[in-house]
Amino acid sequence: MIDVHHYLLLSAILFSIGCFGVLTRKNAIVIFMCIELMLNSVNLTFIALSRHVGNMDGQIFVFFVMTVAAAEAAVGLALMIAFYRNRESIEVDNFNVLKW
Amino acid sequence: MHSYSYLWLIPFFPLVGSIVNGLLGKKIKNEAVIGGIGTLAVFVSFIVSCNYFFTLLGDSVKVHQNVVASWISIGHLQVDWGFLLDPLSALMIMVVTGVGSLIHLYSIGYMHGEEGYYRFFSYLNLFCFAMLMLVLGNNALVMFIGWEGVGLCSYLLIGYYFEKKSAGDAAKKAFVVNRIGDFGFICGLLTLFWALGSKGVWTLNFVEISENAHLLQSGGVLITVVTLAFFLGATGKSAQIPLYTWLPDAMEGPTPVSALIHAATMVTAGVYMIGRMNILFAMSPVTMMVVACIGAATAIFAASIGFAQNDIKRVLAYSTVSQLGYMFLAMGVGAFTAGIFHLMTHAFFKACLFLGSGSVIHGMHHGLHHAHLHDDPQDMRNMGGLAKKMPITYWTFLIATIAISGVPLFSGFFSKDEILWWAFGSTRGHWGLWLIGAIAAAMTAFYMFRCVSMTFWGPQKTNPKAKDHIPESPWTITVPLIVLGFLALVGGYVGVPAALKGANHIHHYFEPVFGHAQEIFHISIKEALEHSHGTEYGLMIVSVLLAFSGIGVAVFMYVKNPELPARFTASFKGLHQAVFNKWYIDELYDFLFVNPTKKIGTFLWRGFDVKLVDGVVNGCAWVVKGLGAGLRYTQSGYLHNYAVAMVVGVVVIVGYYVFG
Repeated sequence: MIDVHHYLLLSAILFSIGCFGVLTRKNAIVIFMCIELMLNSVNLTFIALSRHVGNMDGQIFVFFVMTVAAAEAAVGLALMIAFYRNRESIEVDNFNVLKW
Repeated sequence: MHSYSYLWLIPFFPLVGSIVNGLLGKKIKNEAVIGGIGTLAVFVSFIVSCNYFFTLLGDSVKVHQNVVASWISIGHLQVDWGFLLDPLSALMIMVVTGVGSLIHLYSIGYMHGEEGYYRFFSYLNLFCFAMLMLVLGNNALVMFIGWEGVGLCSYLLIGYYFEKKSAGDAAKKAFVVNRIGDFGFICGLLTLFWALGSKGVWTLNFVEISENAHLLQSGGVLITVVTLAFFLGATGKSAQIPLYTWLPDAMEGPTPVSALIHAATMVTAGVYMIGRMNILFAMSPVTMMVVACIGAATAIFAASIGFAQNDIKRVLAYSTVSQLGYMFLAMGVGAFTAGIFHLMTHAFFKACLFLGSGSVIHGMHHGLHHAHLHDDPQDMRNMGGLAKKMPITYWTFLIATIAISGVPLFSGFFSKDEILWWAFGSTRGHWGLWLIGAIAAAMTAFYMFRCVSMTFWGPQKTNPKAKDHIPESPWTITVPLIVLGFLALVGGYVGVPAALKGANHIHHYFEPVFGHAQEIFHISIKEALEHSHGTEYGLMIVSVLLAFSGIGVAVFMYVKNPELPARFTASFKGLHQAVFNKWYIDELYDFLFVNPTKKIGTFLWRGFDVKLVDGVVNGCAWVVKGLGAGLRYTQSGYLHNYAVAMVVGVVVIVGYYVFG
């Protein structure tokens, strides 16, 4: 049987991959995709545990998370467009002016 | 039954005068109005004082208190804003307000044209207020307010010409030296309060202290410490050894200030204080002997310095120190009445002398200014022959000089002789003290007549361009001189001793104040000498002879043989230098106290304040700066660093909750 811990394990792996991507990749779009990956892994965790516990709360919360993910993606992309207009690139290595 | 509940008016009027002149004086440009307000304030106080003085004379009860309000009421301590009227304070208020009014009147003319005219009158009124609080206070704390207040006003008035560095220095010196005395006063006050309190009587009220003084052990360590501490305060305020050095420098102030504060009133505060607390002093023979010895020593020491001074005001300043020595000699041998009697006669003749010297300086200034010369108008070597130029000044000055020299029939003779008689014949006296006093009396006669002959007699030594332009002073100056001269002449007749067939009114007047202590502690003229007047006549004749010999030597040296002083100075060069330089006491104090204190101050400034305190404060800032320098590298601007930090943070927090 596919048990709850299988789902949790998958979720953890997805989260780790997403986290690794955020910390390592240079392209801002790829970083956004990794953030989405992390959010979705959390969604998976919520649903799995919701089924396991028997409560509907987890599944309701997923809706909220998805909404936030969507809003965040929109804002982030707008931000990237503004950056591109300034720097001609969206490599996060180039966003380093606000430093000591 | 007359009401004594308006005693508070006596210090009140000068206070109001001071405030009005102080706040509004700058706007009231009219000198007559400012001077009028100041003089009127003190004069009204004088009228009220007269009223109370004569009421008290006719009253059988001699001690009256007027409590206006409660001031401190904590636990056992109850201190009021209260005033005490008894024969002692009644006489003091008469002297203070009477002489004060005359000096205010004098100042209207003398201070004419001064930039800070209103400031002068404001301070002078404030001084009168403080002095009246001192003499009228019914408890030691109100007296102390007055005590400190007169010290403050002395500082303000000595430093009146504050643009002159020497005046500012003199004012600071007066204040600091006074403070040392004040420290003694406070120590005495606190010890007394504690000592009486430990016997169950918690009070600072003079009447209660006198009533309960017997609870302390007579002649014991405690009472001796208390009285010696109070006497230290008196040496500071009344310029005795060792704290007299401020008085000669105080001559930097205007002459009316010298007359009022440093002759007639403030410097007598110490004598008054001993009179007020006579029972405490009577209980300690040790202290009384110390007081008498210091008084006698100061009398002769200051007289010696007066021999060589050329500034007319300096001569009078040292004369004041010397005469105050006489007053303390009197208090020390138990002649409280004689001490206060001499205080009164001294106020008259010394104020007359100072105001007279002011008149001379005023005239000299006029002449020298007219000739555009910069000679010192106070230097007696520039004077001479002024008797014809300034007759009223001359005659009043001469009368006061004869009085101070102790010539019979003038006031000084009666008071000084009473002191010398008690120094010789009192149960607490000693013939040695009499001897020192008698020699000092001869010296007094000498240097005062030296002063008169250098100033008024002989040929005029003033620059020829100025000598014919020295006028007599206006009426506002000469009228007070005449009044004071008259008082210096007749003021002694209240105290003609029994030996000279007099009723000695003043002795009976002071009975209620001093009689009790003198009776209990057997302070009086020794039995053997009391009844026959032989010894008394003998001593009187000796002092008269000494006075005339002093006058004789002065006349011989300065009028008949004017070249004699210069030859004398040349042959005794070392001695003359020492006396002229005030026996180098100021230099000694500089070496012992002033310079070490300055060094300590400099060390605390450079070593402690700059290095340590500033170092700590700057060090804190340096540490913060260092921390910042280290921490700022976390703001790298590199996005991934921030992301890593966030992840690590989350892991730590979650880990804490899961595993901790």
